[in-house]
Amino acid sequence: MIEIKNLTKSFGDLLVWEDVSLTIEDGETLAIIGRSGCGKSVLLKHINALLYPDEGSVLIDGANIYEQDYVTQRILRQKFGILFQGSALFDSINTFENIAFPLRYFTSMAESEIKDTVMNALEQVNLENVHDKETAELSGGMRKRVGLARAIILEPEYIMYDEPTSGLDPQTSDEINKLIINMADSLGITSIVVTHDMHSVLDVADKVAFLDDQKLSWHGTVENMRKSGHEALSRFVKASEYQI
Amino acid sequence: MNAFQEIGKYSSLLYQALRSSTEIKTYRKSFFQEMVKIGYDSVPIIMLTGFFTGSVMTIQSSYQLDSAFIPLSTIGAIVSESILIELAAVISSLVLAGKVGARIATELGTMRVTEQVDALESMGFNSVSFLVVPRVLAGILMFPVLYIVACVFGVGGGLLAGIFTGTVPVADFLMGARMYFTPWTLIFGFVKMFVFGFIITSISSYKGYFATGGAEGVGTSTTEATVLSCMIVLLADFVLAALLL
Repeated sequence: MIEIKNLTKSFGDLLVWEDVSLTIEDGETLAIIGRSGCGKSVLLKHINALLYPDEGSVLIDGANIYEQDYVTQRILRQKFGILFQGSALFDSINTFENIAFPLRYFTSMAESEIKDTVMNALEQVNLENVHDKETAELSGGMRKRVGLARAIILEPEYIMYDEPTSGLDPQTSDEINKLIINMADSLGITSIVVTHDMHSVLDVADKVAFLDDQKLSWHGTVENMRKSGHEALSRFVKASEYQI
Repeated sequence: MNAFQEIGKYSSLLYQALRSSTEIKTYRKSFFQEMVKIGYDSVPIIMLTGFFTGSVMTIQSSYQLDSAFIPLSTIGAIVSESILIELAAVISSLVLAGKVGARIATELGTMRVTEQVDALESMGFNSVSFLVVPRVLAGILMFPVLYIVACVFGVGGGLLAGIFTGTVPVADFLMGARMYFTPWTLIFGFVKMFVFGFIITSISSYKGYFATGGAEGVGTSTTEATVLSCMIVLLADFVLAALLL
């Protein structure tokens, strides 16, 4: 379980958000939504301490990640897989090596086991035939899927998706959404999806957290979202529907 | 960010690098890769730099010292001493600040702005140990090796220039080169390259590691890394000369 408690973050004089509190139960999929620049990705990076808040805490299975020594913090980070917005694949190595990368450093697997595990992960993201491609040769959708394969390779308890469908065509976005649902269902992973794509939210999320006006403005289940009566949230949802 | 904040952040990165230098498994592979990139891949440009520096020195010295009262061996002494004590280290380092420093700053800067550094951290890697430590260690080790290359080609270039222009016979050049040579000259050169290697790789790693702002930010970091490295190398050259000679 992830508990975000009274988190406040500023960059210099610019307040990103304040007093954000949120609990993410095991096995659920939470979508963090809000307008561009409202600090969704910043919040995501606070959850595994890639960024530090001005105030507040994040408890990962009861342990405050900000109060741990660096070694323990790194162990806590390994509970997470992240699919970054731009996929963040290492461009100096090919697809196979990108996915195998954490296995080589954090497991004692033999080369044959590494190969099987990587090919399995590629199969899970429906990309069996790209293992020998350079990352520069991959399309945007392929990069996301390879990033996802790398994110799940160490079998994390939590997986965070930063704008998983941004920049993708509707069909590829739909495939990515299906993969997110599949990961949550088949692996039982707790998922946090940062997005402003309401299609994605409606497809994959159990709960929604809406960031607006420098605070967590609303959170609840997807079912309750439409009937929430929350003015800013309704506007946001309606604007997304209008785009459809 | 003011200069004091920059120094503080740079010192903090170096402290982290020092602390994580025990995580050999993390950086062993990239350490050897960096030794090749910094050392082996720089040999051609250092050979050329050394060779032409020595050649030009011989030609210019023989032009300036063209007098019946000055023995020709003086040219050999001037060229070899200048190469060993100063030019092989400083000119090579300025060239390497452009070649090695710019590459390091660009690589790390691109990794930073494309979230590859965040990806490393999120997997549980110590990104400083993985990215900074191997580059700085390889720089410290390979710069002195490149100094030997620069010395050999510098003195060799000077000798050949004397032969081909007919200004300094081999015997005179070698006699002059031996006349003022002391082992301390070489040791001083090694010490300088050790320090310059550290300066260039650590400053470039720092500038790249903390790059911000996309392609333009990486460009700015690379320029700053190169310019700052050159300036600090020249300053360190003065300080080392004042302290050790």
